[in-house]
Amino acid sequence: MKIILNNLPEIIDRDTLTVRELLNIKKFTFKMLVVRVNGKPIKQQDYDTTYINDGDKVDVIHLISGG
Amino acid sequence: MTYCFNYKILEEKLKNKTVGIAGCGGLGSNCAVSLARSGVGNFIIADFDVVSKSNLNRQYYFLDQIGQKKCFALKEIILKINPNCSVIAYDVVLNKEKIIEIYKNVDVLVEAFDESFMKQAILETKLEHLPHIPLVMGNGVAGIFNINNIKETSFDNVYIFGDGISEVSENNPCLAPKVSIVANMQANKVIELLLNL
Repeated sequence: MKIILNNLPEIIDRDTLTVRELLNIKKFTFKMLVVRVNGKPIKQQDYDTTYINDGDKVDVIHLISGG
Repeated sequence: MTYCFNYKILEEKLKNKTVGIAGCGGLGSNCAVSLARSGVGNFIIADFDVVSKSNLNRQYYFLDQIGQKKCFALKEIILKINPNCSVIAYDVVLNKEKIIEIYKNVDVLVEAFDESFMKQAILETKLEHLPHIPLVMGNGVAGIFNINNIKETSFDNVYIFGDGISEVSENNPCLAPKVSIVANMQANKVIELLLNL
């Protein structure tokens, strides 16, 4: 499927894809992430049950310590 | 985008606004000082920590404030700049419930935490419970590099400033220049948002 990940087109070689699977495939292992699918924030406990579909816009923001 | 404003308009518009600042460390103290100088009239600030000597490399505190609670030390500084400001200071460990309770009526909320889990907590709280309040965050402020990659990312009434990659560590400490730059970019966005209200 083709998605827009952090404003860039990305082809993921899967027919179905959960948020968790996307994070694993892209190796987004950083401990503090905020994920949004088509603008909707996805809670951590919903990563396994939220599916990403062809054409979806996904944003993954890394939250960095320091301030 | 251009605005037409002068000192009088600035003063009139900002003195009745309330800015919430969550965390009174490097980002929060520097951001609050710039907002007080700009004429923001009301602050709600919160932090649980005390000023220590190691904070003085970036936080807007002074030697004689070491040992004071940061929220009260920052209140003192804001009032030194503008005694007409109203500053409500909470000596509290913030969590999702407290964030809602303390900041539910502010015009703009500034995220000024050190720890990434708190940045995530306030962002999730804002998106879920305070969608109408703009949130201005700092993200990626450590060290001295990547200055040219500091940028604004925004969505859903959330504005994030920082380089997005520089994490604080023993070998990459937060220092005054970069932390102040991001804190002041946050302050600048707060003013922009307040003038637009």
